[in-house]
Amino acid sequence: MIRILKSGLLTSIQDLGRYGYQKHGIIASGVMDSVAHRIANFLVNNAANAPTLEITLMGPVIEFQEDTLISICGGELSPMIDGEHVNMWKLIYVRKGSELRFGQPKQGFRAYLAIAGGFDVPRVMNSASTYMRAAVGGFQGRMLEKGDEIPVYPDTDLSGIFQSLSSEIRKDPFIEAPWFVAPEITSYTKTNEPIRVMRGREFELFDDASQNNFMKNSFKIDPKSDRMGYRLKGTTLSLKEKQEIVSEAVTFGTVQVPPEGNPIILLADRQTTGGYPKIGQVASVDLPRIAQMKPGENMTFRHISHAEAQHLYLKRENQLRQLKRGIHSNITKEAQICTALI
Amino acid sequence: MSINVQPFGDQAILVEFGSSINEETNKEVRKFSAHLDASSPEWMIEYIPAFTTVTIIYDPLYISHQVGGETPLPYEWAQQRVEELLSKNAIDRNQTDRTIEIPVSYGGDLGPDLSFVAAHNKMSEEEVIKTHMAGDYLVYMIGFAPGFPYIGGMDEKIAAPRRDDPRLAIPAGSVGIAGAQTGVYPIETPGGWQLIGRTPLRLFQPEKAPPSLLQAGDHIKFTRISEDEYKSMKEDER
Repeated sequence: MIRILKSGLLTSIQDLGRYGYQKHGIIASGVMDSVAHRIANFLVNNAANAPTLEITLMGPVIEFQEDTLISICGGELSPMIDGEHVNMWKLIYVRKGSELRFGQPKQGFRAYLAIAGGFDVPRVMNSASTYMRAAVGGFQGRMLEKGDEIPVYPDTDLSGIFQSLSSEIRKDPFIEAPWFVAPEITSYTKTNEPIRVMRGREFELFDDASQNNFMKNSFKIDPKSDRMGYRLKGTTLSLKEKQEIVSEAVTFGTVQVPPEGNPIILLADRQTTGGYPKIGQVASVDLPRIAQMKPGENMTFRHISHAEAQHLYLKRENQLRQLKRGIHSNITKEAQICTALI
Repeated sequence: MSINVQPFGDQAILVEFGSSINEETNKEVRKFSAHLDASSPEWMIEYIPAFTTVTIIYDPLYISHQVGGETPLPYEWAQQRVEELLSKNAIDRNQTDRTIEIPVSYGGDLGPDLSFVAAHNKMSEEEVIKTHMAGDYLVYMIGFAPGFPYIGGMDEKIAAPRRDDPRLAIPAGSVGIAGAQTGVYPIETPGGWQLIGRTPLRLFQPEKAPPSLLQAGDHIKFTRISEDEYKSMKEDER
């Protein structure tokens, strides 16, 4: 079990999303950055879809009620355990009673905390994701607050080994594994390259200047942005002629433009359908990068073909599969070394 | 009818049965949706039906591992499967023909844009209400928010454009108009529709299966209640 001692800005339980209910208008929800979420789970030997804590900018203070294994991936929000800096993208053993807090955010916007075994929350419509607007899923359908106690499933065979190790080194509140995830996989949280975007279904309905400005100019992420969508401010975009669009599906990364002309990128908590013209569609491979951008930051787009976007996505997914295998063999090796030490 | 199949981003495929809102096109959408429910292909994650389109979300990684290196793109493979499904799309769904009554308290604080809709159409507020209640309504799709019905059959005389600047929070139960469409907001959400009234009914019922009170294909009748009746019915819903 973990206990929330202080709430932070916005921390919620999320998994990879609630699928199969969008035809009833139930939004998909789920993590904003699926790469950081999955790697965090891989590091503690969980299934990719196990729920994690999505921590936004100013993190919570968390007390661990038992010895356990954790990992923190995604945005660098300066995690500390009992006052000592801990590394991101690593497997960490934490001792019962130790306290995790976050310092000054350094890079990125959202961090993911995974715990061995995974959080024990009810699945609503097959998902543990918190859908805050409808008060459904996650922990009581809401963001985490001071005093919440979140149970954890009894964890995997590995923690026993780490526990034995921990008894050898009594004074440390935590122990980090010596290996970490390669920077070429984690560096996506740091780059400010343009976001790659395909032409949206109504791209041609926009006037020439708007088509050009969308692909070339810079946009600022408005403070009114949230998990539902990032509202962008920059040059306003307009249609060749004013017209109503027939509502249809939108997906994670759809860029729609309401009549006042400021584009909105739809994100994890997006509505299932929309009636505003769609000027673009962000390449799936770049969605985790958007999740790590914060309100006030600038964003530019670069055109990419549908075929290239699909190739890049497959390349990244295959890279993650390899990483998962690599981590698994490391954990196994780790376990052997630990056993040998004891 | 010509059916148009095209990519929608890098993980979805769009099947378009027509370009304008009408019962015939929507019937094709519902027929294809029923076909997808029945066949539930493994490569499909889910689908989202709308007025004239069905968007199928698929898993490119699953397809790429399924077909190996034989095809350049998972999309092309998915497109072929969709064409096959469309060619076998002969099963007709039993239409349920339900009619569901939705009580609405029109105007006032519960329908702050009623005066805008009236002024926009050069009508009295009373005429807008009567016209709205007189419609022969069909639920074309559920979307945007849990259980949110997109309804056809509203008289164009009370059509009104969406708000230029969408509201950040619209209360649950709000009845709105956008263009020639009318609908009801099941939960508090941002949105750009003009609000003419509010219903005490719960359109989103997460504890039930399916979690939506209304389904595509349902008929709807709007009836009028007073603000007091709204309040007492709202109490009963709790």
